[in-house]
Amino acid sequence: MRRYLILPLLLFQLFLTGCATAPQRGTGDLGVIIERATGSIQVVETTHRTRLGQVTGLGDLSHASINYSRDARYAYVFGRDGGLTKVDLLGMRIVKRVMQSGNSIGGAISQDGRLVAVANYTPGGIKVFDAETLDLVADIPAIDRAGKSSKVIGLVDVPGNRFVFSLFDSGEIWVADMRTPSKPAVAKFLNVGKEPYDAMITADGRYYLAGLFGEDGLALLDLWNMEAGVKRVLNGYGKGEQKLPVYKMPHLEGWAATGNELLVPAVGRHEVLVIDQNNWNEVGRIPVHGQPVFVVARPDNRHVWVNFAFPDNDTVQVIDVPSRTIIKTLKPGKAVLHMEFTPRGEQVWVSVRDDDKVEIYDTETFAKISDLHAGKPSGIFFTHRAHRTGL
Amino acid sequence: MPNKSRRIRCAGTLLLAIFFPCLAWADSPSPPRQAELLNLVRQDCGSCHGLRLNGGLGLPLTPAALDGKSPDALKDAILHGRNGTAMPPWNPFLTEDEARWIVQMLLKGLP
Ligand code: HEC
Repeated sequence: MRRYLILPLLLFQLFLTGCATAPQRGTGDLGVIIERATGSIQVVETTHRTRLGQVTGLGDLSHASINYSRDARYAYVFGRDGGLTKVDLLGMRIVKRVMQSGNSIGGAISQDGRLVAVANYTPGGIKVFDAETLDLVADIPAIDRAGKSSKVIGLVDVPGNRFVFSLFDSGEIWVADMRTPSKPAVAKFLNVGKEPYDAMITADGRYYLAGLFGEDGLALLDLWNMEAGVKRVLNGYGKGEQKLPVYKMPHLEGWAATGNELLVPAVGRHEVLVIDQNNWNEVGRIPVHGQPVFVVARPDNRHVWVNFAFPDNDTVQVIDVPSRTIIKTLKPGKAVLHMEFTPRGEQVWVSVRDDDKVEIYDTETFAKISDLHAGKPSGIFFTHRAHRTGL
Repeated sequence: MPNKSRRIRCAGTLLLAIFFPCLAWADSPSPPRQAELLNLVRQDCGSCHGLRLNGGLGLPLTPAALDGKSPDALKDAILHGRNGTAMPPWNPFLTEDEARWIVQMLLKGLP
């Protein structure tokens, strides 16, 4: 008797689980492509290089960026229009969306994954949300000592559940300790330099570097030694030279830290600067095709890929780090905006805005592997960012 | 007939242009160039001014924000940039007519 019952029971159970959950899969090979024209994102996977779906209704996605929840299942999408949207990558749907300011520029997720912070232009400041519910937890307006509001840029997370960010207009760097989320303790560094326009944190979460637009140089904060204050490095790296007009602000998020050296875009110059990370001196300059926008290291740090500002934005170059030479020049198409490596770096995905496509290259042979259609694609973000400080 | 009247109009415009050079700017870019320019404004200007031109690092460029500002000054900002700010000069890529046309489009609101 019992034997006869087992089969239908098993079938019934299969039926139940089949109904209750979508086919199970991990998220480690997933990613998101921002489609800026349509205010949508594509969910993609890098194993078979396919598109899994699209999520629409995300607002103005110019300069949009993404952080991932610590389980790499949810994407927090930061839109230009101040929208913060939590998207379920597996369910392919919006979980929650809040309009949190008039105009925002990017975000960060805390070390413990419980807080999501957004950097805002108007009104300037950061707002911190509960990562689960997107309820507002803290509001830190960026008001300088003269009482003026400042645009906030270069927001990153650092160990100790802290957020670090820069004030563009007043030239300050602030460190917000969020250990008591409703009562942030903010340390302020004043007069760090003119117009910090973006910043990065080294992979270990120790050094925060802000690029300056208003002058040649970088502002450096050592988070292991905050008492030492903010130091200026590469002061006047272009002394006496005429800066070219800048048609697109470089990005520092992808600054390539290759162990001993840091490769950074020179503002208004057709050069990538090489900085020695031990003494923060400039040790070299690599002439490149145009004004660099993203300078990103392949995960093994041997090569660095560079894209360029308008009007040289049809080109991508690959720098060999040991010899500091360009070993490959690619022409993916009109308006290359971003490059993202797969977690171990065997492929790189390149968004080509005006050709409405994302091209995928083999990073060893530089051969094109395939391409995907996307509507005016900009940023590409793979889920391994979930586990990296500053991303 | 239509041909003839067009010729007369052309001759008229030409005469006007010769005697009143400042009137010649009524020329608008060709339709394919217009499409290129609109893409440039939305995308490349949009990287600083916002895709919807609501502002970012650059000021908002919506009709409401530009209301009352001198079109000539706006055109000059586009062609020559604004010294001491992040606004770059676009005259290597845009003619004066094209910059004027962009200002007209901005004042009207992009389609
Ligand atoms: C690299 C950033 C950047 C880019 C790209 C850019 N702008 Fe600007 N723009 C600015 C900034 C910053 C200002 C504000 C200057 C100031 O404070 O006077 C500005 C100001 C302006 C103004 C003057 C607005 C006013 O109210 O006085 C106009 C018009 C303008 N931009 C048009 C354009 C157009 C058209 C393009 C594209 C062809 C463009 N901008 C691309 C940064 C940029």
